[in-house]
Amino acid sequence: MVAVHNRQITNKHRFVGFALIALAVYISSNSVDEWRSFQGATIAVYIVAIASVILLTGYSGQISLGHGALLAIGAYAAALTQIYFHAPIWICFVAAVLASALFGAILGTAAARLSGPYLAGTTLALAVGLPSLANQFSILGGEQGISFDAGWPPLFFGEAFTQYKWFFWITSLAALIAMWWVQNILRSRYGRTWRAVKTNEVAAELSGINIGRSKVLAFTVSAGIAGLAGALFATTMNNVSPSAFPLALSFSIATGAVLSGVNTLGGVMIGSVALVAIPEIATSISDRWSGSGNVGVLLPDFIVSALLILTVFLAPKGPIEKFRSRHSK
Amino acid sequence: MFQFVNTLLIGITAGSIYSLMAIAIVLVWRSTRVVNFAAGGLALASSFVGAAVLEKTGSFWIALPLAMVAGAAFSAFIEFFFLRPLLNRSGGKGEEIFIPIIATLGLLGIIKAILSFIYGDAIGSIPPPLSDKGFIVSGESIALSPIRVLILGIVLFLMIVLTLIFQRTNLGLSLRASSFAPEISRLAGIRVDLIRTTGWAISGAAGAAAGILQTTNGSGSVAPDSFEFILLLVFGFVAAVIGGIESLIGAVVGGLTLGVILAIILTYVGSSLVFFAAFVILILVLLLRPHGIIGAKGGRRA
Amino acid sequence: MLRIENLSVDHGAIRALHGVSFNIEKGQLAAVIGANGAGKTTLLRTLSGLNKASNGSAHWGEHNILHSKPEALVRHGISHVSEGKSVIPELTVAENLDLGALWRRNRKEAAKSKQDVVDLFPRLGERLSQRADSLSGGERQMLAIGRSIMSKPELLLLDEPSLGLAPLVVEQIFQAIRDLTTAMGLTVVLVEQNAMGALKIADIGIVLNLGSIAATGSAAALRDDPAVRAAYLGF
Repeated sequence: MVAVHNRQITNKHRFVGFALIALAVYISSNSVDEWRSFQGATIAVYIVAIASVILLTGYSGQISLGHGALLAIGAYAAALTQIYFHAPIWICFVAAVLASALFGAILGTAAARLSGPYLAGTTLALAVGLPSLANQFSILGGEQGISFDAGWPPLFFGEAFTQYKWFFWITSLAALIAMWWVQNILRSRYGRTWRAVKTNEVAAELSGINIGRSKVLAFTVSAGIAGLAGALFATTMNNVSPSAFPLALSFSIATGAVLSGVNTLGGVMIGSVALVAIPEIATSISDRWSGSGNVGVLLPDFIVSALLILTVFLAPKGPIEKFRSRHSK
Repeated sequence: MFQFVNTLLIGITAGSIYSLMAIAIVLVWRSTRVVNFAAGGLALASSFVGAAVLEKTGSFWIALPLAMVAGAAFSAFIEFFFLRPLLNRSGGKGEEIFIPIIATLGLLGIIKAILSFIYGDAIGSIPPPLSDKGFIVSGESIALSPIRVLILGIVLFLMIVLTLIFQRTNLGLSLRASSFAPEISRLAGIRVDLIRTTGWAISGAAGAAAGILQTTNGSGSVAPDSFEFILLLVFGFVAAVIGGIESLIGAVVGGLTLGVILAIILTYVGSSLVFFAAFVILILVLLLRPHGIIGAKGGRRA
Repeated sequence: MLRIENLSVDHGAIRALHGVSFNIEKGQLAAVIGANGAGKTTLLRTLSGLNKASNGSAHWGEHNILHSKPEALVRHGISHVSEGKSVIPELTVAENLDLGALWRRNRKEAAKSKQDVVDLFPRLGERLSQRADSLSGGERQMLAIGRSIMSKPELLLLDEPSLGLAPLVVEQIFQAIRDLTTAMGLTVVLVEQNAMGALKIADIGIVLNLGSIAATGSAAALRDDPAVRAAYLGF
């Protein structure tokens, strides 16, 4: 059912779809305030980050609890490129992708033999261990971190074009390009190979697939994309520091992936929007309640965790698959 | 020389606590093939219980066992009401481990939120029941203090009890058989579901003990956002993986190894590299032995 | 008495057993033979509670044994030795045996059962403290049967005990099963691909083909039946 669906979606369909999204972004960017622009940019960051997890876990079957660290690598790479090479922002993004992809390749090679809990443990240790490295080396700016300036909107956009709107545009454009590319690769034979290995390693190997290479490739690509997300993250934050990449970030991304449905790219918006919208909704709920100040801080985590559990129970393969299977009956 | 001995002592103490946490994780993994991140949250909740009991009774010796009972109860509750329904709907291969792990992450979040809601900024306090001043050896104070000895003693005692339970009792036989071969065990009349809940309960008790000892060994206070508990959860899990997540002995080996090496790094290199060191240790061990120090491919050890 | 009426079992969309009916008297040894995929294993697994039936009924004495968990059925005297790996390799021989008696209250009787097993299979007695993965194929089968004896069975379900064993060992195992049945007054359902061996020790036989009963009768009658001989006995 799903396969047939895919074949009916041609590249032309996809292009139209993406163009429509781009249009929606453009329109909304013109009608929202700074805060919403910031949120929009954050959603773009999450979309890219979650997509990288979907590729690695949903398609290639390798679990990662440490994507926050990969984001950190991309972010630092982008910032350093700007500081030391005075490169324009797009070059910084490319540097972010390359740096984290390289790390991903190394990590993937080490991790290719690891299964299930061993891989989970490794990525967990990475999530906690890597960002703290920045404290050790002054070149990385220590605890305060280093700054990353995505610059100001070009003059011809006019005075009313704010910086956050600029960020929104940059991140959205990067996210769109990244998503187009990721969707391409997932629909290609690489994506099919990943799925085949995930479904049945023995069968895949017997049909000539090099398991190790496939897994390392998945790690490399996933890391590269995560690196881009990190660079976009740095764009919205104007700053890169270890405290921006706590363990909670890795958990959030993994959570977002599950909320989106880790097996397919289609639901990526769901998780990203949820991760950004829920804290907002929670704050307004607690404001209205005017209960103890505590609630406001706790409610977002609680709602996200509760949503996560609900999703896992009711729609373990994600809301999109659930929707599809309902309608195919 | 003294510094090295001190470092070792600190490392062994911390490592033994990680071992307890690792045991909690290994127990659940073997009986259910789930990595239980919620174990960290349960340890936290149990520690609050311990702090409350301590406040009421003033006795550490009552607080610790009661906290362990609470931990067992919480853990069994979670197994029964969350894990069973979850596993009954388990997905296909690949997410086989991912979804349950994420589910336990969700549980962890909920437990933390509930605890924060109940306790707010209040801090539970579990000060060490024995002096934490080091013994004097050759005129110098070493890192071995009465409380350290106590902690090591408690951990050792719990491990001996666990080993006896597993190797010498009918319950232990049921636990081992159910985790090795659930279907055969059912056919032999073992109530595998009940046994699994029991395994979780024991895991909860171990986690509770780890939580209490971690608090006592550290700042003496427990709060929902305690850094010590994040440490406990992360290092406990890493220790379990280093040792080989199928093996209880591995949990002990992993915990002690991790504790000692991290203490060495802490003393001789610096505190900011500790987490990265944990990662490096883990990767190195897994490169050489992808199933942990004790773990063997396809095989499961006691 | 084991009464099966109109039993149907599905594996997903595939029906493995189609309305099977038969009776086995108490104390009888019934051989269930048939080709691979005939549904023999499914039958046993349904009787022991591992598989769910879709239709029909099964009674052991008074008890309706469908819709029960395996561990509950053990307490009603039903013991299933499943095909292939029925011992736990990581446990010792003694532990494997003890496992079968854990549910029993009476420790003295359990100890007696263990003695019975050792008397029946002296080789096990010599290896009590060894890990089960150090046993030969035949010894493992003995251990599996021994464990089921420890469960104080009244109805014994055996799934291809001769699988993968050398002919001499197969004879020993079959002989032991026969002796066991008589000595303990067991009712036995013996599923086998080794049709000849099974029919030699059985009282009655049931032939399954593609999920349905193709023939039933006394073991002797089936042994002489030309159709059965042609299809399953090779001559």
